[in-house]
Amino acid sequence: MNKLRVLVIDDEPGMRMGVERTLNGETLNFWETDTLEVLVESAGTGAEGVEKVISGQPDILFLDYKLPDMNGIEIIEKLGERAKDLIIIMITAYASIEVAIEATRKGAYDFLPKPFTPNELRTVTRKAAERILLARKNEQLAQEKKQVRFEFIRVLGHELKAPLGAVEGYLDLMKAKTLGDNLESYMQFIERSTIRLQQMRKLIVDLLDMTRLESGKKSRSLAPIDLRKAAESAIELATPAANARNISISLEAPASLNLMADTGEIDMMLNNLISNAVKYNRDDGKVMVRLVRAADKITVQVADTGIGMSVEEQQKLFKEFSRIKNAKTANILGSGLGLSILKRLAELYDGSISVESEPEKGTTFTLEIPASQLAEATAA
Amino acid sequence: MQQVRTVLLVDDDQDFRLQQRAMLESLKYKVVEAGNSAAAIESLKHQTPDIAIVDLMMEEHDTGFTLCHNLKKLLPQMPIIMVTGVAAETGLSFNVKTREEHRWIKADTLLEKPVRTEQLQQEIKKLLKE
Repeated sequence: MNKLRVLVIDDEPGMRMGVERTLNGETLNFWETDTLEVLVESAGTGAEGVEKVISGQPDILFLDYKLPDMNGIEIIEKLGERAKDLIIIMITAYASIEVAIEATRKGAYDFLPKPFTPNELRTVTRKAAERILLARKNEQLAQEKKQVRFEFIRVLGHELKAPLGAVEGYLDLMKAKTLGDNLESYMQFIERSTIRLQQMRKLIVDLLDMTRLESGKKSRSLAPIDLRKAAESAIELATPAANARNISISLEAPASLNLMADTGEIDMMLNNLISNAVKYNRDDGKVMVRLVRAADKITVQVADTGIGMSVEEQQKLFKEFSRIKNAKTANILGSGLGLSILKRLAELYDGSISVESEPEKGTTFTLEIPASQLAEATAA
Repeated sequence: MQQVRTVLLVDDDQDFRLQQRAMLESLKYKVVEAGNSAAAIESLKHQTPDIAIVDLMMEEHDTGFTLCHNLKKLLPQMPIIMVTGVAAETGLSFNVKTREEHRWIKADTLLEKPVRTEQLQQEIKKLLKE
Protein backbone atom coordinates (compact mmCIF):
# COMPACT_ATOMS: atom_id res chain seq x y z
CA MET A 1 0.00 0.00 0.00
CA ASN A 2 1.22 3.54 -0.65
CA LYS A 3 2.35 5.44 2.39
CA LEU A 4 1.50 8.90 3.58
CA ARG A 5 4.20 10.12 5.98
CA VAL A 6 3.13 12.63 8.58
CA LEU A 7 5.49 14.50 10.90
CA VAL A 8 4.29 16.46 13.95
CA ILE A 9 6.58 19.08 15.41
CA ASP A 10 5.14 20.22 18.73
CA ASP A 11 6.66 20.70 22.17
CA GLU A 12 3.55 19.45 23.98
CA PRO A 13 3.77 15.64 24.41
CA GLY A 14 -0.02 15.45 24.68
CA MET A 15 -0.44 17.06 21.30
CA ARG A 16 2.12 14.73 19.66
CA MET A 17 0.47 11.70 21.19
CA GLY A 18 -2.98 12.88 20.18
CA VAL A 19 -1.98 13.19 16.52
CA GLU A 20 -0.23 9.83 16.58
CA ARG A 21 -3.20 8.10 18.17
CA THR A 22 -5.65 9.61 15.72
CA LEU A 23 -3.72 9.17 12.49
CA ASN A 24 -1.04 6.49 12.81
CA GLY A 25 -2.04 3.36 10.89
CA GLU A 26 -5.19 4.95 9.46
CA THR A 27 -6.01 4.06 5.89
CA LEU A 28 -7.41 6.75 3.66
CA ASN A 29 -9.40 5.76 0.59
CA PHE A 30 -9.76 7.98 -2.46
CA TRP A 31 -11.99 7.61 -5.50
CA GLU A 32 -12.38 3.89 -4.80
CA THR A 33 -9.05 3.33 -6.52
CA ASP A 34 -6.34 4.63 -4.20
CA THR A 35 -5.48 3.88 -0.62
CA LEU A 36 -2.89 5.55 1.54
CA GLU A 37 -1.62 4.26 4.86
CA VAL A 38 -0.74 7.01 7.31
CA LEU A 39 2.55 6.76 9.24
CA VAL A 40 3.12 9.33 11.98
CA GLU A 41 6.43 10.50 13.42
CA SER A 42 6.96 13.31 15.87
CA ALA A 43 9.53 15.79 17.13
CA GLY A 44 9.51 17.94 20.28
CA THR A 45 11.83 20.74 19.19
CA GLY A 46 12.43 22.74 16.04
CA ALA A 47 15.95 21.37 15.55
CA GLU A 48 14.82 17.77 15.90
CA GLY A 49 11.93 18.50 13.55
CA VAL A 50 14.14 19.95 10.80
CA GLU A 51 16.41 16.93 11.14
CA LYS A 52 13.45 14.58 10.76
CA VAL A 53 12.07 16.39 7.73
CA ILE A 54 15.40 15.97 6.01
CA SER A 55 15.93 12.32 6.98
CA GLY A 56 12.34 11.06 7.01
CA GLN A 57 10.88 12.67 3.89
CA PRO A 58 7.40 13.35 5.26
CA ASP A 59 4.53 14.31 2.96
CA ILE A 60 2.63 16.34 5.52
CA LEU A 61 4.10 18.44 8.32
CA PHE A 62 1.99 19.52 11.30
CA LEU A 63 3.96 22.41 12.64
CA ASP A 64 3.40 24.15 15.96
CA TYR A 65 4.00 27.86 15.72
CA LYS A 66 5.52 28.28 19.21
CA LEU A 67 8.44 26.01 19.90
CA PRO A 68 11.11 26.35 22.59
CA ASP A 69 14.05 26.81 20.22
CA MET A 70 12.49 28.55 17.23
CA ASN A 71 9.12 29.50 15.79
CA GLY A 72 7.26 27.83 12.95
CA ILE A 73 8.22 30.41 10.35
CA GLU A 74 11.90 30.03 11.19
CA ILE A 75 11.54 26.29 10.68
CA ILE A 76 9.99 26.79 7.25
CA GLU A 77 12.87 29.10 6.40
CA LYS A 78 15.42 26.55 7.59
CA LEU A 79 13.84 23.89 5.41
CA GLY A 80 14.35 26.09 2.37
CA GLU A 81 13.76 24.20 -0.88
CA ARG A 82 12.68 21.11 1.00
CA ALA A 83 9.60 22.97 2.27
CA LYS A 84 8.27 23.09 -1.30
CA ASP A 85 7.85 19.29 -1.56
CA LEU A 86 5.72 18.93 1.52
CA ILE A 87 2.42 20.18 2.73
CA ILE A 88 2.82 22.27 5.86
CA ILE A 89 -0.12 22.69 8.20
CA MET A 90 0.42 25.18 11.03
CA ILE A 91 -1.08 24.23 14.38
CA THR A 92 -1.30 27.07 16.78
CA ALA A 93 -3.38 28.59 19.54
CA TYR A 94 -2.05 32.02 18.72
CA ALA A 95 -3.16 32.28 15.15
CA SER A 96 -3.09 36.00 14.52
CA ILE A 97 -3.88 37.15 11.02
CA GLU A 98 -0.31 38.48 10.61
CA VAL A 99 1.19 35.12 11.49
CA ALA A 100 -1.19 33.38 9.15
CA ILE A 101 -0.30 35.65 6.23
CA GLU A 102 3.40 35.32 6.78
CA ALA A 103 3.28 31.55 7.20
CA THR A 104 1.22 31.19 4.06
CA ARG A 105 3.64 33.34 2.15
CA LYS A 106 6.47 31.13 3.33
CA GLY A 107 4.72 28.03 2.14
CA ALA A 108 2.20 26.86 4.74
CA TYR A 109 -0.79 25.18 3.11
CA ASP A 110 -3.40 25.19 5.87
CA PHE A 111 -4.09 26.06 9.52
CA LEU A 112 -5.41 23.96 12.33
CA PRO A 113 -6.24 26.04 15.41
CA LYS A 114 -5.67 24.44 18.78
CA PRO A 115 -7.51 22.81 20.38
CA PHE A 116 -8.90 20.56 17.63
CA THR A 117 -10.95 17.38 17.64
CA PRO A 118 -9.71 14.10 16.09
CA ASN A 119 -12.25 14.60 13.32
CA GLU A 120 -10.97 18.07 12.48
CA LEU A 121 -7.49 16.58 12.32
CA ARG A 122 -8.70 13.82 9.99
CA THR A 123 -10.49 16.28 7.71
CA VAL A 124 -7.44 18.50 7.34
CA THR A 125 -5.21 15.47 6.74
CA ARG A 126 -7.54 14.07 4.16
CA LYS A 127 -7.67 17.33 2.24
CA ALA A 128 -3.86 17.50 2.18
CA ALA A 129 -3.54 13.82 1.26
CA GLU A 130 -5.81 14.24 -1.72
CA ARG A 131 -3.63 17.04 -2.98
CA ILE A 132 -0.51 14.91 -2.52
CA LEU A 133 -2.08 11.98 -4.30
CA LEU A 134 -3.05 14.15 -7.27
CA ALA A 135 0.47 15.53 -7.48
CA ARG A 136 1.90 11.99 -7.41
CA LYS A 137 -0.49 10.90 -10.15
CA ASN A 138 0.45 13.86 -12.32
CA GLU A 139 4.10 13.05 -11.91
CA GLN A 140 3.49 9.43 -12.85
CA LEU A 141 1.48 10.43 -15.90
CA ALA A 142 4.22 12.78 -17.05
CA GLN A 143 6.75 9.96 -16.73
CA GLU A 144 4.60 7.58 -18.72
CA LYS A 145 4.08 10.16 -21.44
CA LYS A 146 7.81 10.67 -21.66
CA GLN A 147 8.34 6.92 -22.00
CA VAL A 148 5.78 6.65 -24.79
CA ARG A 149 7.46 9.53 -26.60
CA PHE A 150 10.90 7.96 -26.29
CA GLU A 151 9.60 4.65 -27.58
CA PHE A 152 7.89 6.39 -30.48
CA ILE A 153 11.10 8.20 -31.43
CA ARG A 154 13.13 5.01 -31.12
CA VAL A 155 10.84 3.08 -33.48
CA LEU A 156 10.55 6.05 -35.82
CA GLY A 157 14.33 6.27 -36.01
CA HIS A 158 14.47 2.61 -36.91
CA GLU A 159 11.75 2.96 -39.55
CA LEU A 160 13.55 5.89 -41.16
CA LYS A 161 16.95 4.22 -41.06
CA ALA A 162 15.86 0.98 -42.71
CA PRO A 163 15.06 2.43 -46.16
CA LEU A 164 18.22 4.54 -46.08
CA GLY A 165 20.25 1.42 -45.37
CA ALA A 166 18.64 -0.40 -48.29
CA VAL A 167 19.23 2.46 -50.75
CA GLU A 168 22.80 2.84 -49.53
CA GLY A 169 23.35 -0.86 -50.10
CA TYR A 170 22.19 -0.58 -53.70
CA LEU A 171 24.34 2.49 -54.32
CA ASP A 172 27.41 0.73 -52.92
CA LEU A 173 26.84 -2.20 -55.27
CA MET A 174 26.45 0.16 -58.21
CA LYS A 175 29.55 2.11 -57.25
CA ALA A 176 31.52 -1.15 -57.16
CA LYS A 177 29.98 -2.07 -60.54
CA THR A 178 29.08 -5.44 -59.08
CA LEU A 179 26.85 -6.28 -62.05
CA GLY A 180 29.23 -4.92 -64.72
CA ASP A 181 29.26 -1.78 -66.81
CA ASN A 182 25.80 -1.94 -68.31
CA LEU A 183 23.32 0.37 -66.56
CA GLU A 184 20.44 -1.87 -67.66
CA SER A 185 21.66 -4.59 -65.29
CA TYR A 186 20.97 -2.30 -62.34
CA MET A 187 17.32 -1.54 -63.13
CA GLN A 188 16.02 -3.74 -60.31
CA PHE A 189 18.31 -1.96 -57.84
CA ILE A 190 17.01 1.40 -59.01
CA GLU A 191 13.39 0.27 -58.82
CA ARG A 192 13.79 -1.11 -55.33
CA SER A 193 15.55 2.06 -54.21
CA THR A 194 12.70 4.13 -55.58
CA ILE A 195 10.14 2.00 -53.75
CA ARG A 196 12.00 2.29 -50.47
CA LEU A 197 12.29 6.05 -50.86
CA GLN A 198 8.59 6.37 -51.69
CA GLN A 199 7.81 4.39 -48.60
CA MET A 200 10.00 6.70 -46.58
CA ARG A 201 8.27 9.73 -48.03
CA LYS A 202 4.88 8.22 -47.13
CA LEU A 203 6.09 7.68 -43.60
CA ILE A 204 7.20 11.28 -43.31
CA VAL A 205 3.93 12.59 -44.79
CA ASP A 206 1.91 10.41 -42.40
CA LEU A 207 4.06 11.55 -39.54
CA LEU A 208 3.41 15.20 -40.37
CA ASP A 209 -0.34 14.50 -40.70
CA MET A 210 -0.34 12.83 -37.34
CA THR A 211 1.62 15.61 -35.69
CA ARG A 212 -0.81 18.17 -37.06
CA LEU A 213 -3.73 16.15 -35.72
CA GLU A 214 -2.11 15.67 -32.31
CA SER A 215 -1.17 19.29 -31.87
CA GLY A 216 -4.63 20.40 -32.92
CA LYS A 217 -2.97 22.75 -35.41
CA LYS A 218 -4.53 21.20 -38.45
CA SER A 219 -6.86 23.76 -39.99
CA ARG A 220 -10.31 22.28 -40.41
CA SER A 221 -13.13 23.60 -42.44
CA LEU A 222 -16.43 21.87 -42.04
CA ALA A 223 -18.72 21.94 -45.01
CA PRO A 224 -21.57 19.76 -46.22
CA ILE A 225 -20.10 16.89 -48.21
CA ASP A 226 -21.56 13.85 -49.92
CA LEU A 227 -20.01 10.77 -48.40
CA ARG A 228 -21.03 8.65 -51.39
CA LYS A 229 -19.10 10.89 -53.78
CA ALA A 230 -16.11 10.85 -51.45
CA ALA A 231 -16.21 7.05 -51.34
CA GLU A 232 -16.44 6.88 -55.12
CA SER A 233 -13.30 8.95 -55.56
CA ALA A 234 -11.44 6.96 -52.90
CA ILE A 235 -12.37 3.79 -54.81
CA GLU A 236 -11.18 5.35 -58.04
CA LEU A 237 -7.85 6.15 -56.41
CA ALA A 238 -7.40 2.57 -55.21
CA THR A 239 -8.50 1.00 -58.50
CA PRO A 240 -5.11 0.80 -60.29
CA ALA A 241 -3.56 -1.08 -57.36
CA ALA A 242 -6.65 -3.31 -57.14
CA ASN A 243 -6.68 -4.05 -60.88
CA ALA A 244 -3.04 -5.06 -60.78
CA ARG A 245 -4.02 -7.94 -58.53
CA ASN A 246 -7.48 -8.55 -59.97
CA ILE A 247 -9.23 -7.32 -56.83
CA SER A 248 -12.77 -5.97 -57.29
CA ILE A 249 -14.13 -3.07 -55.25
CA SER A 250 -17.88 -2.67 -54.77
CA LEU A 251 -19.87 0.16 -53.23
CA GLU A 252 -23.23 -0.14 -51.51
CA ALA A 253 -24.61 3.22 -50.48
CA PRO A 254 -27.66 5.50 -50.63
CA ALA A 255 -27.80 7.80 -53.65
CA SER A 256 -26.39 10.55 -51.51
CA LEU A 257 -25.33 10.81 -47.90
CA ASN A 258 -24.61 14.27 -46.64
CA LEU A 259 -22.75 15.26 -43.57
CA MET A 260 -20.79 18.20 -42.20
CA ALA A 261 -17.15 17.38 -42.41
CA ASP A 262 -13.73 18.45 -43.54
CA THR A 263 -13.19 17.11 -47.05
CA GLY A 264 -9.51 16.41 -46.48
CA GLU A 265 -10.21 14.42 -43.33
CA ILE A 266 -12.98 12.35 -44.88
CA ASP A 267 -10.78 11.61 -47.91
CA MET A 268 -7.91 10.61 -45.65
CA MET A 269 -10.14 8.20 -43.72
CA LEU A 270 -11.71 6.61 -46.78
CA ASN A 271 -8.40 6.34 -48.66
CA ASN A 272 -6.80 4.78 -45.65
CA LEU A 273 -9.52 2.17 -45.20
CA ILE A 274 -9.89 1.28 -48.86
CA SER A 275 -6.18 1.17 -49.69
CA ASN A 276 -5.62 -1.07 -46.65
CA ALA A 277 -8.39 -3.38 -47.83
CA VAL A 278 -6.61 -3.67 -51.19
CA LYS A 279 -3.09 -3.98 -49.75
CA TYR A 280 -3.95 -6.70 -47.28
CA ASN A 281 -6.17 -8.62 -49.67
CA ARG A 282 -5.38 -11.77 -51.59
CA ASP A 283 -5.09 -11.79 -55.37
CA ASP A 284 -8.54 -12.05 -57.04
CA GLY A 285 -10.07 -10.86 -53.76
CA LYS A 286 -12.92 -8.46 -53.06
CA VAL A 287 -13.31 -5.17 -51.25
CA MET A 288 -16.81 -4.20 -50.18
CA VAL A 289 -17.51 -0.62 -49.16
CA ARG A 290 -20.84 0.02 -47.43
CA LEU A 291 -22.24 3.33 -46.29
CA VAL A 292 -25.27 3.15 -44.04
CA ARG A 293 -27.30 6.02 -42.71
CA ALA A 294 -29.30 5.36 -39.56
CA ALA A 295 -31.24 7.76 -37.35
CA ASP A 296 -28.42 8.16 -34.88
CA LYS A 297 -25.29 7.52 -36.90
CA ILE A 298 -23.50 7.02 -40.18
CA THR A 299 -21.61 3.80 -40.64
CA VAL A 300 -18.76 3.29 -43.07
CA GLN A 301 -17.85 -0.33 -43.43
CA VAL A 302 -14.92 -1.60 -45.49
CA ALA A 303 -14.60 -5.37 -45.72
CA ASP A 304 -11.92 -7.35 -47.49
CA THR A 305 -11.32 -11.00 -48.28
CA GLY A 306 -7.69 -10.76 -47.30
CA ILE A 307 -5.18 -12.34 -45.00
CA GLY A 308 -7.01 -11.34 -41.80
CA MET A 309 -5.57 -11.12 -38.32
CA SER A 310 -5.49 -13.03 -35.08
CA VAL A 311 -7.13 -11.58 -31.97
CA GLU A 312 -3.74 -10.59 -30.53
CA GLU A 313 -2.84 -8.81 -33.74
CA GLN A 314 -6.15 -6.92 -33.70
CA GLN A 315 -5.43 -5.61 -30.23
CA LYS A 316 -2.20 -3.95 -31.32
CA LEU A 317 -3.68 -2.59 -34.50
CA PHE A 318 -4.28 1.06 -33.72
CA LYS A 319 -0.97 1.64 -31.99
CA GLU A 320 1.75 3.51 -33.84
CA PHE A 321 4.18 1.36 -35.79
CA SER A 322 2.44 -1.82 -34.74
CA ARG A 323 2.42 -3.05 -38.33
CA ILE A 324 1.88 -6.71 -38.24
CA LYS A 325 5.07 -8.32 -39.36
CA ASN A 326 4.84 -11.81 -40.66
CA ALA A 327 5.54 -13.76 -43.81
CA LYS A 328 2.24 -12.64 -45.33
CA THR A 329 2.82 -8.93 -44.78
CA ALA A 330 6.56 -8.88 -45.51
CA ASN A 331 6.12 -7.36 -48.95
CA ILE A 332 3.30 -4.97 -48.15
CA LEU A 333 4.42 -1.38 -47.83
CA GLY A 334 3.03 0.74 -45.05
CA SER A 335 4.20 3.45 -42.72
CA GLY A 336 2.67 1.85 -39.63
CA LEU A 337 0.86 5.10 -38.89
CA GLY A 338 -2.24 4.82 -41.10
CA LEU A 339 -4.56 3.30 -38.55
CA SER A 340 -3.47 5.52 -35.67
CA ILE A 341 -4.20 8.49 -37.91
CA LEU A 342 -7.57 6.98 -38.77
CA LYS A 343 -8.43 6.55 -35.12
CA ARG A 344 -7.51 10.15 -34.31
CA LEU A 345 -9.55 11.41 -37.26
CA ALA A 346 -12.57 9.39 -36.14
CA GLU A 347 -12.24 10.95 -32.69
CA LEU A 348 -12.40 14.43 -34.22
CA TYR A 349 -15.96 13.51 -35.26
CA ASP A 350 -16.77 11.93 -31.89
CA GLY A 351 -16.78 8.74 -33.88
CA SER A 352 -15.20 5.37 -33.36
CA ILE A 353 -13.42 2.76 -35.40
CA SER A 354 -13.58 -0.95 -34.76
CA VAL A 355 -12.31 -4.07 -36.43
CA GLU A 356 -13.46 -7.63 -36.94
CA SER A 357 -11.18 -10.13 -38.51
CA GLU A 358 -10.48 -13.76 -39.06
CA PRO A 359 -7.13 -15.08 -40.31
CA GLU A 360 -7.28 -16.16 -43.98
CA LYS A 361 -10.92 -15.00 -44.27
CA GLY A 362 -10.70 -11.23 -44.19
CA THR A 363 -11.06 -8.09 -42.17
CA THR A 364 -13.89 -5.59 -41.74
CA PHE A 365 -13.27 -2.10 -40.44
CA THR A 366 -16.29 -0.19 -39.19
CA LEU A 367 -16.21 3.56 -38.78
CA GLU A 368 -19.15 5.10 -36.96
CA ILE A 369 -19.91 8.80 -36.89
CA PRO A 370 -22.75 10.04 -34.66
CA ALA A 371 -25.69 11.74 -36.32
CA SER A 372 -24.85 15.12 -34.81
CA GLN A 373 -22.49 15.42 -37.78
CA LEU A 374 -25.26 14.85 -40.29
CA ALA A 375 -26.07 17.79 -42.45
CA GLU A 376 -29.75 18.47 -42.85
CA ALA A 377 -29.59 19.64 -46.39
CA THR A 378 -27.16 19.48 -49.28
CA ALA A 379 -27.11 23.22 -49.73
CA ALA A 380 -25.17 25.11 -47.10
CA MET B 1 38.18 -26.75 -62.33
CA GLN B 2 36.61 -25.54 -59.11
CA GLN B 3 33.05 -26.64 -58.49
CA VAL B 4 30.31 -24.04 -57.99
CA ARG B 5 29.42 -23.72 -54.31
CA THR B 6 25.85 -23.09 -53.21
CA VAL B 7 24.96 -20.46 -50.60
CA LEU B 8 21.64 -20.58 -48.74
CA LEU B 9 20.60 -16.98 -48.06
CA VAL B 10 17.94 -16.51 -45.36
CA ASP B 11 16.61 -13.03 -44.65
CA ASP B 12 13.11 -11.56 -44.47
CA ASP B 13 14.34 -8.29 -46.01
CA GLN B 14 14.06 -8.64 -49.75
CA ASP B 15 16.42 -5.75 -50.40
CA PHE B 16 19.12 -7.34 -48.31
CA ARG B 17 18.61 -10.63 -50.17
CA LEU B 18 18.82 -8.92 -53.54
CA GLN B 19 22.03 -7.14 -52.52
CA GLN B 20 23.64 -10.25 -51.05
CA ARG B 21 22.68 -12.25 -54.11
CA ALA B 22 24.36 -9.70 -56.38
CA MET B 23 27.52 -9.83 -54.28
CA LEU B 24 27.55 -13.62 -54.09
CA GLU B 25 26.86 -14.10 -57.78
CA SER B 26 29.63 -11.66 -58.65
CA LEU B 27 31.86 -13.93 -56.56
CA LYS B 28 30.62 -16.90 -58.63
CA TYR B 29 28.51 -18.60 -56.00
CA LYS B 30 25.13 -20.16 -56.67
CA VAL B 31 22.46 -18.59 -54.45
CA VAL B 32 19.32 -20.13 -52.96
CA GLU B 33 17.07 -17.58 -51.23
CA ALA B 34 14.63 -18.09 -48.38
CA GLY B 35 12.47 -15.36 -46.84
CA ASN B 36 11.87 -17.13 -43.53
CA SER B 37 12.94 -20.09 -41.41
CA ALA B 38 10.33 -22.50 -42.73
CA ALA B 39 11.31 -21.78 -46.34
CA ALA B 40 14.97 -22.27 -45.43
CA ILE B 41 14.35 -25.71 -43.95
CA GLU B 42 12.07 -26.62 -46.86
CA SER B 43 14.76 -25.67 -49.38
CA LEU B 44 17.08 -28.33 -47.95
CA LYS B 45 14.83 -30.96 -49.53
CA HIS B 46 15.87 -29.77 -52.97
CA GLN B 47 19.57 -29.12 -52.50
CA THR B 48 22.28 -29.23 -49.90
CA PRO B 49 23.98 -25.86 -49.63
CA ASP B 50 27.69 -25.59 -48.87
CA ILE B 51 27.23 -22.64 -46.57
CA ALA B 52 24.33 -20.60 -45.13
CA ILE B 53 23.96 -16.89 -44.44
CA VAL B 54 21.23 -16.28 -41.86
CA ASP B 55 19.77 -13.01 -40.61
CA LEU B 56 19.29 -12.85 -36.86
CA MET B 57 16.07 -10.84 -36.65
CA MET B 58 13.30 -12.17 -38.81
CA GLU B 59 9.80 -13.13 -37.66
CA GLU B 60 10.97 -12.88 -34.07
CA HIS B 61 13.97 -11.14 -32.58
CA ASP B 62 15.88 -14.38 -32.19
CA THR B 63 14.62 -16.36 -35.18
CA GLY B 64 18.16 -16.57 -36.53
CA PHE B 65 19.42 -18.35 -33.42
CA THR B 66 16.69 -20.97 -33.60
CA LEU B 67 17.21 -21.47 -37.31
CA CYS B 68 20.98 -21.92 -36.86
CA HIS B 69 20.27 -24.55 -34.26
CA ASN B 70 17.91 -26.42 -36.58
CA LEU B 71 20.22 -26.13 -39.59
CA LYS B 72 23.11 -27.51 -37.57
CA LYS B 73 20.97 -30.46 -36.50
CA LEU B 74 20.21 -31.30 -40.14
CA LEU B 75 23.59 -30.39 -41.63
CA PRO B 76 26.22 -30.41 -38.88
CA GLN B 77 29.06 -29.82 -41.34
CA MET B 78 27.58 -26.76 -43.05
CA PRO B 79 29.15 -23.51 -41.84
CA ILE B 80 26.76 -20.66 -40.99
CA ILE B 81 27.38 -16.94 -41.16
CA MET B 82 24.91 -15.00 -39.06
CA VAL B 83 24.33 -11.40 -40.10
CA THR B 84 22.78 -8.84 -37.85
CA GLY B 85 21.96 -5.20 -37.59
CA VAL B 86 21.40 -5.63 -33.86
CA ALA B 87 24.67 -4.19 -32.64
CA ALA B 88 24.28 -1.01 -34.65
CA GLU B 89 20.66 -0.63 -33.51
CA THR B 90 20.85 -1.37 -29.86
CA GLY B 91 24.50 -1.20 -28.93
CA LEU B 92 24.08 -4.81 -27.88
CA SER B 93 27.06 -6.86 -28.85
CA PHE B 94 27.90 -10.50 -28.81
CA ASN B 95 30.35 -12.74 -30.52
CA VAL B 96 30.99 -16.38 -31.22
CA LYS B 97 34.63 -16.43 -30.21
CA THR B 98 34.53 -17.97 -26.76
CA ARG B 99 33.47 -21.50 -26.05
CA GLU B 100 30.54 -20.34 -23.94
CA GLU B 101 29.25 -18.27 -26.85
CA HIS B 102 29.67 -21.23 -29.17
CA ARG B 103 27.53 -23.32 -26.89
CA TRP B 104 24.44 -21.26 -27.40
CA ILE B 105 25.12 -19.47 -30.67
CA LYS B 106 25.37 -22.12 -33.33
CA ALA B 107 26.68 -19.84 -36.07
CA ASP B 108 30.34 -20.04 -37.04
CA THR B 109 30.78 -16.35 -37.74
CA LEU B 110 28.88 -13.17 -37.08
CA LEU B 111 28.83 -10.30 -39.54
CA GLU B 112 27.38 -6.87 -38.95
CA LYS B 113 25.07 -5.24 -41.45
CA PRO B 114 25.91 -3.58 -43.78
CA VAL B 115 28.03 -6.40 -45.16
CA ARG B 116 30.70 -5.53 -47.72
CA THR B 117 31.56 -7.77 -50.65
CA GLU B 118 35.22 -8.26 -49.73
CA GLN B 119 34.32 -9.07 -46.15
CA LEU B 120 31.74 -11.61 -47.25
CA GLN B 121 34.17 -13.21 -49.69
CA GLN B 122 36.86 -13.44 -47.03
CA GLU B 123 34.56 -15.10 -44.48
CA ILE B 124 33.12 -17.59 -46.97
CA LYS B 125 36.60 -18.56 -48.21
CA LYS B 126 37.77 -19.05 -44.65
CA LEU B 127 34.78 -21.21 -43.67
CA LEU B 128 34.81 -23.28 -46.88
CA LYS B 129 38.60 -23.57 -46.65
CA GLU B 130 38.88 -22.46 -50.25
